[in-house]
Amino acid sequence: MSFDPVRAEIRFGCGLSQGLPQPGSAAEMLDRLSAPDSMAEKFPIPGFEVTAGYRRDWRRARKLARKSKTESEREAAKERVSEIRREATIQAALWLGQTMSRRIFTADGFRERLVSFWADHFTATGRDAITRYGHAPYAEDAIRPHVNGRFADMLRAAATHPFMLAYLDQNISVGPNSKAAEKRKKSGGLNENLAREMLELHTLGVDGPYTQQDVRQLAELLTGLTVDDEGAFAFRPRFAEPGAETVLGAAYGGASAQLDDVLSVLDDLARHPATARHVARKLATHFVSDRPDPDLIETMTVRFRDTDGDLSSVYEAMLSHPAAWLVEVGNVKQPMDFICSSLRAMNLRPRHIPSKRARKMRDMFATPMILMGQEWGRAQGPDGWPEADENWITPQRLAARMQWAMTVPFLIRRLLPDPREFAHAALGGTLPETVRFAASSAESRAEGIGVVLSSPAFQRM
Amino acid sequence: MSSTKLTRRRLLGRSLALGCSLAASPLMAPVTMASAPWDNRLVVIILRGGMDGLDVVRPYGAAEFADLRGADVAASAGKDDLDGYFALNPALNGLRLLWQAGELGFAHAVSTPYRDKRSHFDGQDILEAGTGQDSLGRIRDGWLNRMLQVVPGIEANTAFAIGRSDMLLTRGSAPVANWSPDAALVLSPQAHLLMEHVMHEDPLFRDATVEAIALSQSSLEIAAGEDGYVYETGDMQNAMQDNMREARRGGRPENIARFAAEQLRKDTRIAAFSLNGFDTHARQNRALPRALRDLEAATTALRDGLGDVWGKTAVVAMTEFGRTAKLNGTGGTDHGTGGVMVLAGGALNGGKVVADWPGLKEVELYKRRDLMPTRDVRAHVGWIMRHLFGLDQRVLETSVFPGMEMGHDPGLIL
Repeated sequence: MSFDPVRAEIRFGCGLSQGLPQPGSAAEMLDRLSAPDSMAEKFPIPGFEVTAGYRRDWRRARKLARKSKTESEREAAKERVSEIRREATIQAALWLGQTMSRRIFTADGFRERLVSFWADHFTATGRDAITRYGHAPYAEDAIRPHVNGRFADMLRAAATHPFMLAYLDQNISVGPNSKAAEKRKKSGGLNENLAREMLELHTLGVDGPYTQQDVRQLAELLTGLTVDDEGAFAFRPRFAEPGAETVLGAAYGGASAQLDDVLSVLDDLARHPATARHVARKLATHFVSDRPDPDLIETMTVRFRDTDGDLSSVYEAMLSHPAAWLVEVGNVKQPMDFICSSLRAMNLRPRHIPSKRARKMRDMFATPMILMGQEWGRAQGPDGWPEADENWITPQRLAARMQWAMTVPFLIRRLLPDPREFAHAALGGTLPETVRFAASSAESRAEGIGVVLSSPAFQRM
Repeated sequence: MSSTKLTRRRLLGRSLALGCSLAASPLMAPVTMASAPWDNRLVVIILRGGMDGLDVVRPYGAAEFADLRGADVAASAGKDDLDGYFALNPALNGLRLLWQAGELGFAHAVSTPYRDKRSHFDGQDILEAGTGQDSLGRIRDGWLNRMLQVVPGIEANTAFAIGRSDMLLTRGSAPVANWSPDAALVLSPQAHLLMEHVMHEDPLFRDATVEAIALSQSSLEIAAGEDGYVYETGDMQNAMQDNMREARRGGRPENIARFAAEQLRKDTRIAAFSLNGFDTHARQNRALPRALRDLEAATTALRDGLGDVWGKTAVVAMTEFGRTAKLNGTGGTDHGTGGVMVLAGGALNGGKVVADWPGLKEVELYKRRDLMPTRDVRAHVGWIMRHLFGLDQRVLETSVFPGMEMGHDPGLIL
């Protein structure tokens, strides 16, 4: 098997769309990926400084509410707390709309899929009322600019991002013999969370050649990476464990703590052969099959090693391998893929996506995604969303997909297309006879479209 | 599209028509060949938000109570007395008959090992993971799932997690069925046929569809009650939109409990769900009764729905932490430590408040602020599972709740 434009849009892009040109070749897909990021410009999402700003104001208002002396001051402060929270919620709905719109209206669907893939590889979530919406700005800063660059640059951006540092407790990790620990007369304070996940999830993989000793040493080396009061990245030497650390046999650092020592361990981890294999396997699993062809993984691994983690080359290796185009494998779309590819097939205009109406965004997209098992941007653990098809197609989750498919398209466009035409638009040449028959036999347009979107042919990639 | 009223009769009629596919569903088959590992039932309810134990089971016999919670609350507590020292929050008075029958009990001054930071998310993670504080952030599975992992013969429907979102409590490698009554599909007969048609050749989708439709019918029948309408609205579109509205409210507790009871009457042995609304920072005298009414409705629906199975059932309702001993300036309480655990069921040796009671004097409080926890909630759950399921104490203390010591038997199971 080899490149096929329809399969390219379905499997590596965001789904078929009547108005947008399918790529003619793998080279054209990669060209589009190298071109300027027009979707980020058309549907902007701000960087993390916006979330940090909301959080700062929110914490200040909360403090004021606690400390204020008079009832009226307290009421005013509390009103301010709710106001900031409301504003953050409305912004988050907008960011969901922008994320969806990028997928629905792009000719470069591969980029949007890669952003999701890498944001999941470097999963980070926020826990309070404000940072729970920080994942989109985080991905905008740390992931999106690097999806077509070097893996090492993305690792560096993610591992030093304040959102990641807070998520994996690096911001509170203090070297046991650091100046800060001495001053507080406290031993300990070291937190291994980021160090462990960096080795297990971000770079070498759980089967990688590292020991608990490496985790511990890396955790000591990472001390000093933290978040300042404004919510921005900071390197604080007085948090850092003094002396050199040995990670995977290499020594880093010396008497005085330097950010450069941390950055060089990140670079070495990024180019480690185990990292190449881990990343190749994850990409192949996500895009091609839950059980990817071993030669596909090997080819991508070699390309990663040969190019020092140049991601564009790794994608090229994947897209030019015959196993990437096999018809019978086809992963199940994750809920975000499912929803956006459904909308993409509907021939919408940007105004159809109610990004500025938070309640509509919640009812039509955010809540259904929770029922489908994927609360937007909020994977349950640092290992991100599961890949196995069985995880997504459970009775409850499939019911949620069917329910969505039967109702929401109608809420978006009261004048729904003819299901027979829609089936062709959504599935192109891959339309099976069973689905063609069902589309022509439905009693209403909404049901016909619901059945097409619910079909395995559409829900698989 | 013609206007349709979905009555219970119509639904039942449809169920008959679906007889063939239902028989193929492992979750819905009336009799499974393999027997469940035990006959007793356990229901775990996670009370989210940090329930205020001191307001649910009020220690009005303590001299300090009036000062901490207001003279009016203390003065009126006597009429809701439980045992001469503790009184029940009147919002739970609907459960008083259970108390009198020995089918309602409380474990007071309990907590998880979580201390000091008092974050809901961390607190709930610790509660559901069943681990110590040191495992925070590295928690991948829940204690209920780990319990299932150590028991042979677990089937797809032995345990049911009910509700829209994933619970850490039931996450892990053992199979746990999931269903949310508010995910119920309303399909016209034609749409149903067409769905089966397009799913037919893909086993993963086909099996899930059959089960989804069967579970939907079960949920819709429950929502219909004895003889009422499910939906009086016009057509399928409206019915589905109603469903979405319902989903937004997170599902009604009594419907969740009724669905749980229906599963437990069959092959299911364990059910878990959560109730929200216990984070009462302000005007607690209004906010807490609302949340407690949900707990009462769920408990009552379980008892009514379980019928004779109620006698083999223990219900355990637990929360991530208690709240501050003293009311704050806005008539509420802030995040605290020790709290109360609510127990119910015909298998319970109830009608009592068990506690190593620490007292409410300032020096007796945890950090001079919160009710002092004197017992680990996990120990109580451990003893309940030890008696209900005959689980080995060592397994409970190592695999299910690593590092927990069960201590003496509080005698909560008959």
